Amino acid sequence: MIERLVRSLRQSSDSDADADSGRPLRSDGGERLNEPRSSSELRSDGGERPGGVDAAESGLGRPDETGPESESTLGSIRRSEFVQSIPFWLPGFLLVGAFVYGAIGWNFLISLTDWSGLGDPDYTNLSLDTYVQLLRDGAFHNATWNTIVLMVAFTGVSLIVGLLLAILMDREIRFGNGFRTIYLLPMSLSFVVTAIFWKWMYNASDGVINVTLEAIGLGAIAPNWLGDPRFKLWAVVIALIWQFSGYCMIVYLAALRAIPDDHYEAARVDGATTLRLYRRVIIPQLRAATMGATVVLVVFALKAFDFIYVIYGGSQPGPSADILGIMMYREAFAGTPEWAYGSAVAMVLFVLALAVIAPYAFAQYRRGDL
Amino acid sequence: MSNARPSTEETAESRFDKLNYRRIGLYGLLGAVAVLFLVPLVSGLMTSLKGGNAFATTLPFVPPSPDVATLEPWSTAFSRLGGAMINSAAVAIPATVFSALFGSMTAYGLTKIDWRGQLVVVVLLLAAVFIPYQAVLVPLRQGWTMVGLEHTLELIPVVGDALAARTGLFELIVTHTAYGIPICTVLFRSYYQKLNDEILEAARLDGAPERRVYRRIVLPLSVPMFAVTLIYQFTQIWNDFLIALVLLNSPENFVVTLELNALAGSMQSMYNVQMAGAFLAALPTLLVYIAFGEQFAKGATV
Repeated sequence: MIERLVRSLRQSSDSDADADSGRPLRSDGGERLNEPRSSSELRSDGGERPGGVDAAESGLGRPDETGPESESTLGSIRRSEFVQSIPFWLPGFLLVGAFVYGAIGWNFLISLTDWSGLGDPDYTNLSLDTYVQLLRDGAFHNATWNTIVLMVAFTGVSLIVGLLLAILMDREIRFGNGFRTIYLLPMSLSFVVTAIFWKWMYNASDGVINVTLEAIGLGAIAPNWLGDPRFKLWAVVIALIWQFSGYCMIVYLAALRAIPDDHYEAARVDGATTLRLYRRVIIPQLRAATMGATVVLVVFALKAFDFIYVIYGGSQPGPSADILGIMMYREAFAGTPEWAYGSAVAMVLFVLALAVIAPYAFAQYRRGDL
Repeated sequence: MSNARPSTEETAESRFDKLNYRRIGLYGLLGAVAVLFLVPLVSGLMTSLKGGNAFATTLPFVPPSPDVATLEPWSTAFSRLGGAMINSAAVAIPATVFSALFGSMTAYGLTKIDWRGQLVVVVLLLAAVFIPYQAVLVPLRQGWTMVGLEHTLELIPVVGDALAARTGLFELIVTHTAYGIPICTVLFRSYYQKLNDEILEAARLDGAPERRVYRRIVLPLSVPMFAVTLIYQFTQIWNDFLIALVLLNSPENFVVTLELNALAGSMQSMYNVQMAGAFLAALPTLLVYIAFGEQFAKGATV
């Protein structure tokens, strides 16, 4: 996806060369414009094949490659292509439909009942009462606030750290691969594993952080990271930044490498300082990469459940580290279940995720990258 | 890498006086960050090699002295996590393969069709990549309870009972396959869009049905993308905690993330055992990452 983002970025920077750099008609039009050698030439070859490829024959190929002359029969060809493609995508799509969209729909339905989880839910008496209750719930306000703080801090800092690392790495350096391997390494670990490591890092008396603070004479300010309400959420944020800023670096590095050299040179010739060069020329061109990485990070932030659950020993981290994901699990699965209530919290979480994904998907669509 | 990028390739007059300082600063900075990134892992590793209470009395990131060095925490952790690692493998391997296969097929079906509604399917699959799992947990649990696999399997003679005891794992395989399909489809779709069409057309002109085109031509050409997808999916499924937490009830079916959490809960102050356990649980994904770092990065940047 990032690869495509990068390509479309390059395309938009060359847009004066392409007459129709707007929304391509075909979903993969973006590819075509950039790779005339590999596909469009071959396409015209196909049309001129000796023996006269008529509409029916070329209908065996991709419909968009039949050219305008076969417009009249295009409808039926498309239909047969469509029918032939069904066995390929329908099974997977049905599974996703059931497990994702069906489940979300069902979850919404459950959130409209007053089901506790015992017996069967009563689907005949639906109301928004649960949501009204939720809006009055102080624990919900608190969890929402923590979720937003976590999301913004984690996403923002990870992006900045990732960008700075990428800028440093975007040149010929020795051991470049070694550095990259180390930076990306934490991302291969599960939240559960990182939570175990960081529980030791944060240990109040023997953990690495406080031992180091003491060693440099700052023992007096060494906090009880996992016990003090002021630090509980930030302990999570720091660990998540550690885990995912390497990912941001990889995304930005790919985007930086796609920027043509002459952009740097032109700015240099104009006498731009390095700072100005990045602010005015480079960073604006990284918008697509930033957007893609932000979406991924926000979703990870909403999933931070695993980390908090493990590092705080269950679904009761206390109000200062309570996030919506934890609250949802607690309401639905821990102690006395309140499935309707848990489902309502889950819907709020889903809407939050949607609020981030929708602009991204829309931008992708406008670029013709869907 | 051959790009002329700022600051190392300065203008001629500043090159001589700035180059060395810049280089030293650059490597110093990169190295310092690398050390910061490694601290949790290194201190975890060192802690896991210290016996008794030595981990609490020595500095965490300092290697164990010979008199306290021991592999005992590792063997303790392994005796707890071994079975769970087998369960994880039993879930992750089939679910990885199935989701990659479904993803490849779905992507093939979606790159070769051209109809108005195609975009709807693609958008729905793309959005499904980013769905927070919390939004589906209650229906997931309720749905599997209603399907009642456990009792259905008990009706099968001979093997039924054994299968029924592992139903949680079967449900996990199906669930992970379903949730893996969107990302696999996206990965394969971007790959298939770049695929040279000529050879496919040639086969079609020869009268090959789509399934033969797919099996004989597209599948063999997809090997590099399968590598990326399998690595990415295996890591994701092996690392899953939340879905397993909701679907698995009996401890003998626990996957490794659940068992590691249980171990951390029952060995509160035994940090050396916890660290060894964390490394054991991470071992397969660490090995995959070290062996296939390039492909892992490719999957991660999607």
